Amino acid sequence: MNAKTADKIATGTLRAIAGIIVLILASLLGYILLRGVPQISWHFLTSPSKAFAAGGGIGIQLFNSLYLLLLAMIISVPLAMGAGIYLAEYAKPSWQTDFVRTAIEILSSLPSVVVGLFGFLIFVLQFKMGFSILSGALALTLFNLPLLTRNIEDALRQVSFAQREAGLALGLSRWETVLRIVIPEALPGIISGLVLGAGRVFGEAAALIYTAGQSAPALDFTNWNPASISSPISPFRPAETLAVHIWKINSEGIQPDAAAVSAGASAVLIIVVLLFNFLARYLGQRLHKKITAS
Amino acid sequence: MAYSLDDRFIRELSADAELAISTDDLRVFYGDKEAVHGVSLPFERYKITSLIGPSGSGKSTFLRSLNRMNDTVAGSRVTGQINYRGLDLNSPDIDVYEMRRRIGMVFQRPNPFAKSIYDNITFAPRRFGEHDKQTLDELVETSLRGAALWDEVKDNLHKSAFALSGGQQQRLCIARAIAMQPDVLLMDEPASALDPISTAAVEETMLKLKEHYTIIIVTHNMQQAARISDYTAFFYSGQCLEFDETRRIFTRPKITATDDYVSGHFG
Amino acid sequence: MNNDEIKAALTSKSRSAKLERRGKIISFLCIALIVIAVFAIFAFVAVRGIATFVGTKVTLWNFLSKTAWAPGTTDASGVPKLGALPMITGSFGVTLLSALLATPFAIGAAVYMTEISPKWGEKILQPVIDLLVGIPSVVYGFIGLSVVVPFIRNTFGGTGFGILAGTFVLFVMILPTVTSMTISALKAVPRRYREASLALGATRWQTIYKVVLRSATPGILTGIVFGMARAFGEALAVQMVIGNAALMPKNLISPASTLTSVLTSGIGNTVMGSLENNALWTLALLLLLMSLAFNLLVRWIGNKGAMK
Repeated sequence: MNAKTADKIATGTLRAIAGIIVLILASLLGYILLRGVPQISWHFLTSPSKAFAAGGGIGIQLFNSLYLLLLAMIISVPLAMGAGIYLAEYAKPSWQTDFVRTAIEILSSLPSVVVGLFGFLIFVLQFKMGFSILSGALALTLFNLPLLTRNIEDALRQVSFAQREAGLALGLSRWETVLRIVIPEALPGIISGLVLGAGRVFGEAAALIYTAGQSAPALDFTNWNPASISSPISPFRPAETLAVHIWKINSEGIQPDAAAVSAGASAVLIIVVLLFNFLARYLGQRLHKKITAS
Repeated sequence: MAYSLDDRFIRELSADAELAISTDDLRVFYGDKEAVHGVSLPFERYKITSLIGPSGSGKSTFLRSLNRMNDTVAGSRVTGQINYRGLDLNSPDIDVYEMRRRIGMVFQRPNPFAKSIYDNITFAPRRFGEHDKQTLDELVETSLRGAALWDEVKDNLHKSAFALSGGQQQRLCIARAIAMQPDVLLMDEPASALDPISTAAVEETMLKLKEHYTIIIVTHNMQQAARISDYTAFFYSGQCLEFDETRRIFTRPKITATDDYVSGHFG
Repeated sequence: MNNDEIKAALTSKSRSAKLERRGKIISFLCIALIVIAVFAIFAFVAVRGIATFVGTKVTLWNFLSKTAWAPGTTDASGVPKLGALPMITGSFGVTLLSALLATPFAIGAAVYMTEISPKWGEKILQPVIDLLVGIPSVVYGFIGLSVVVPFIRNTFGGTGFGILAGTFVLFVMILPTVTSMTISALKAVPRRYREASLALGATRWQTIYKVVLRSATPGILTGIVFGMARAFGEALAVQMVIGNAALMPKNLISPASTLTSVLTSGIGNTVMGSLENNALWTLALLLLLMSLAFNLLVRWIGNKGAMK
């Protein structure tokens, strides 16, 4: 076999591999959407789930997922901002800084089930928060922080040093310069990172099983007292999310229509995550244009 | 070519010259490396002083240490004195932020903020507590007039600064600096990134500015130094070898190295 | 301002100086919190995990090498039946097999994208990979359960649950990770290497095989290790398809279990502080240590690559 033929065979093989990967995604999405989308109806999206009978919806789980996401982002974004600013602006090259970076890297590579178990030990048991939205949000914060921090640090570093010099030369502190000059300019990168992180958090289940819990008590949407357990905004109630629900009905569910509910829920989950993905791109580009616009 | 670094000529200013700022044995270190070796220079009030010399001669480093911008570089250290209004600016007791408001700086590349022209100028004053709309409006106008940009942008004050040309952006940066009403304006090759027409505009601006400000400028452009400055300091290898009135530096330098440099033999 | 006022302002602490101090402290506290959290995770899990061996007849060696996992029961000599070898085997099995399967695909796709058709790759393959990363793991688990498991059952017999099903699911899950890191590694190979090789008369394939892939090896290995770390730590998707039988796997299609699958299904069903519960924490500790090991491996490869 001469070199030319080998080249042709190799190219063909590579083309096939690339094709297979595209095919895998297409069939994954196709399968979920074809099976799942027909399940989606207003009733499905808004009614509570049923443990034993068919016809249950995912209303409460969907609300729980969104509320938990909101809470987790409220806690993790300021922390990641602070940490990202420290790493991008104040950390001097030293063994201490290397150490901190290593710690963040390790946290980002920890299996999410371990993060969830730690949350169970600390928040649920030690701090006596029980299976609650708050415990879940804190566990998700741990899960989300390292990637978010790195993302913010990168976005800040993308802003040219000349912008910082401009602020400093006017007599502003580094902190004021970062807050009012650098962050606004890094916003497109930060926002798309946040939205991608939100997608990750929305689909996460392993960190939540033992923190936010696996039950979705009925909610009374007329009750807005955060201390009441049936109030949708109570952070102290257990809250099964959409992703946990899919896991739960597939591993121990006895609903006759478990497969249909999972397909519908999976489709919703994927559609939301895809939306987050597109939103991240769109917002990033849009903001970038706006900030650098003439 | 090697020159004797012991061979120096630093002109004394006449006794009645008023100094805006001066240095005494200023040394700058990066880690163990000494980049500026003990420079002592006087800068007369309301005059333009050019710092010239080949790349790596320490002139920019010297300039950046005058408002302690070198503090932001990890591992840098400055010794010696910077005398200003009877204070030593290099002392740790000095509040660097307050000091930088008195000693403004314009950089090599225009670096306007990603904000409107108006906000570029009012950003810092507002941070320091000036919120009166009329005062700010006046400040924008006087600063832009001072930087000879007012007529070009007065109808577009709320447009993004990025929409301006390079030369306009640089003049906006000058306007932003003088809005703080500093005593001294440090300029680090402010025209090197600009085309000849913009350069001429910036030079004209500087000649106007010296009525109210003391200007110290680093430049690679010999003609520029000759055109605009009253005094010129020649830097070589981390030292200031010659300091004199500009016309003397360019017509009758005292030192061979200066002569070779200004006549274009190296650099 | 007169001279004295200026002097006074210069020698007293300005608002900016105070803000700077506050900002430094706030941002430092944020970073400190993360570092403390990392330490706390290791400390708490370690304390629970080590308790299995303190004051009991369980030894580390038995824990790692015995194959009988029946928490709550003891063998003839009164030693609790806590042999984690089936789970360890399961975890390593699915991890190694899925990495083995994913590697050629990842390298193939990456080579295609960087060397053969960057345009097509940029337009189609890159978004596909990004989307694959974004799909939540429970969805992978659900598809594994409703497509892969029945497929294996119908093709090879048995229940369909087992290491093979886990491998397939993890293969798809780690493929995007390994692929995108391989792409970065290939992109980092300087253009002039390729040009030099082509100028010497090598074909494109020879250039890719002998020059590009060889100089990108450390980066590709890093990608594979990252993929393995993800596979080893993945819990729910695997738990849904592996069968959850704490038995030594006889073959690839018999129900098995992994460290993560036993953990997810077990922690809720044991009493905190009991030996059964502590044994589960020992598994969690094992997971933590493996994740640390993967990290060290990545560093080691990085250092080796940098030295060349």
